[in-house]
Amino acid sequence: MMDGNVAERPGGVAEARPAAPEYVDGPIRAFAIATVFWGVVGFLVGVVAASQLAWPQLNLGLEWTSFGRIRPLHTSAVIFAFGGCALFCTTLYVVQRTCRARLFGGEPMGWFLFWGYQLFILLAASGYVLGYTQGREYAEPEWYTDLWLTLVWVIYLVAFVGTVIRREEPHIYVANWFFLAFIITVAMLHLGNNIALPIDLLHAKSYSVPSGVQDAMIQWWYGHNAVGFFLTAGFLGIMYYFIPKQADRPIYSYRLSIVHFWSLVFLYIWAGPHHLHYTALPDWASTLGMVFSIMLWMPSWGGAINGLMTLSGAWDKLRTDPALRFSVAAVGFYAMATFEGPVMSIRAVNSLSHYTDWTIGHVHSGALGWNGFITFGALYWLIPVLWQRRAMWSTRLISWHFWLATLGIVLYITAMWVAGIMQGLMWRAYDANGFLQYSFVEGVAAMHPYYVIRLLGGLLYLGGALLMAFNVWRTIAAAPQPAAAMPAPAAAVAAE
Amino acid sequence: MLKRFSHAIIERNVILLGVLTLITVSIGGLVQIVPLFAVETTIERVEGVRPYTPLELMGRNIYMREGCYNCHSQMVRPLRDEAERYGHYSLAAESMYDHPFQWGSKRTGPDLARVGGRYSDSWHVLHLRDPRSVVPESIMPAYGFLDRPLRYDDVADHLRTLRAVGVPYTEAMIASAVADLEAQARPERDGTAFAGRYGRARQANFDEEDGPVTEMDALVAYLQMLGTLVRFGDVTPDRVRQQ
Repeated sequence: MMDGNVAERPGGVAEARPAAPEYVDGPIRAFAIATVFWGVVGFLVGVVAASQLAWPQLNLGLEWTSFGRIRPLHTSAVIFAFGGCALFCTTLYVVQRTCRARLFGGEPMGWFLFWGYQLFILLAASGYVLGYTQGREYAEPEWYTDLWLTLVWVIYLVAFVGTVIRREEPHIYVANWFFLAFIITVAMLHLGNNIALPIDLLHAKSYSVPSGVQDAMIQWWYGHNAVGFFLTAGFLGIMYYFIPKQADRPIYSYRLSIVHFWSLVFLYIWAGPHHLHYTALPDWASTLGMVFSIMLWMPSWGGAINGLMTLSGAWDKLRTDPALRFSVAAVGFYAMATFEGPVMSIRAVNSLSHYTDWTIGHVHSGALGWNGFITFGALYWLIPVLWQRRAMWSTRLISWHFWLATLGIVLYITAMWVAGIMQGLMWRAYDANGFLQYSFVEGVAAMHPYYVIRLLGGLLYLGGALLMAFNVWRTIAAAPQPAAAMPAPAAAVAAE
Repeated sequence: MLKRFSHAIIERNVILLGVLTLITVSIGGLVQIVPLFAVETTIERVEGVRPYTPLELMGRNIYMREGCYNCHSQMVRPLRDEAERYGHYSLAAESMYDHPFQWGSKRTGPDLARVGGRYSDSWHVLHLRDPRSVVPESIMPAYGFLDRPLRYDDVADHLRTLRAVGVPYTEAMIASAVADLEAQARPERDGTAFAGRYGRARQANFDEEDGPVTEMDALVAYLQMLGTLVRFGDVTPDRVRQQ
């Protein structure tokens, strides 16, 4: 809209340039398939965990299948395997296109990142099932897995920055700012939160160097910013490239992008201690966390507005393009989850919501609605491009996926809202004589119907993902289309 | 100079963009984390907090291995209902030797910060083997597999590693780690030396079974000491207040 940030139409200036370099796409195709695969696995494990909470016999009495080990498997599978592969897939695709440069390090670099990251996933997952864990939420992998991930991540940074340095475009496109912030900050968080001393080099067990209150602060500095930078900044990069592509419109506002970027990366990192209200963490720290969480409303909604308003003049596409519907609904869920988050960070609200299933509902409106949907939207656009097909095998299946997944999310989050608020109220309820009204286990028993509804929501979401997997498989198995049917070069959306 | 600033300078230079980003994201963490190590009042000065006994430490490792923290918090908040349900609110000092902390974030099950001494050993054993035999509405997994021998030949290495990260285990504690572990789980043995090193730590045959020390022994020993170290009768509010 501003500053000449206008997309060129196919057949425009882009054609007059020298031919684009030969991009490294093999590993990106592999990451796309891995994203679908790990998505199905992660959702399936989530369904198993949800069933165990509804019917505890499903823990089977075995150590490898009990909830305590399955839950980290689920969170890591969806965040780091599904989300991580989606980020590798899109960053490596977008950075080459928007820079008009071949991936730094070429094919070997791409394949190292692919297999290196898959090895990380397998090391982490096997550790959970076998009981090797640091006991830190979202940072469970033990020291040997952490070291391997550090190596892969540093090489990822080199590949990304190296490609940007090679660029033909003078400006770095806004999606790449977010991708760069994601890669750098996740490196910082990973190193900061995993300072641990192994018992010896042949032993999987380690002990964290910090302890108690300091360790809690460091863990939630990490934990909240795994959300802030892995699941937000990285996925905002996806939004800034794929929504303009799908809508065939430029980003709504270049200035808003700048404000969005710097305010988001500055403010997010402060929000961690809102996870520690009323704990033994000093009040000054949790108050800072609360204040900055509330300030985060502004960049979050600024970004959401920038994404949604990109649809200006192209809203009609929502009727015909269910993939775009995924992307736009994702931004809607992003706006909703980032409204709810600051509310829950307010100390008075948190005294009710903390420790309850409300938190679980909140993260799932973000994870299922925002991260899941923006990934599905990007994949449905990207897979025909990567395999040189005219379109996905079935548009109707995309539409079915959309409605199944949306209904699943609605069931999930409403069940968890009711469950969470009910828990919080039951825990603090007093009877007429001034005694606590409910024993703890009465609250547990009251959760059963909501846990069943949540399971139903999860099954619908998983069912949608299976439709996607089928659709992707049929698309790839179909005959290739001539290159003329390919979308315009991505450079067309680069800023200015 | 400032007048001529344009964001284009940053977005044309990836190294500058990266460095500025790193500076921007470092500030919040530094402000929130560094003072916690520097400000002395962060951790209250109370008597009674001691390092875990070797058996409790092994039990704590089982607690983490099984992911108990996914459903149980160990952090009582200073709210009226929590004080009545669980006891005195948790102090920072009570987890000062916890590498890592296990405060948790979710109460699918109840808080465990002060579960020690609330139930008998045999209740815990029955509950862990089959939770629904004692709490019919419970949704906790059954942990019958913990009735297997505990591996503790390397327990001294665990204590040594913890000493390296700041837990005040003495040379004697490390040297007699295996003996202390066995002494705590075998009340028939002479526990004088053990008691000399770990104060009021309780000796018991926690799983009430003969034979080797089991994982069940270790986990119950850990659960039974949670929240028992500080005697709140002796502690005045002024002394625990964080300034």
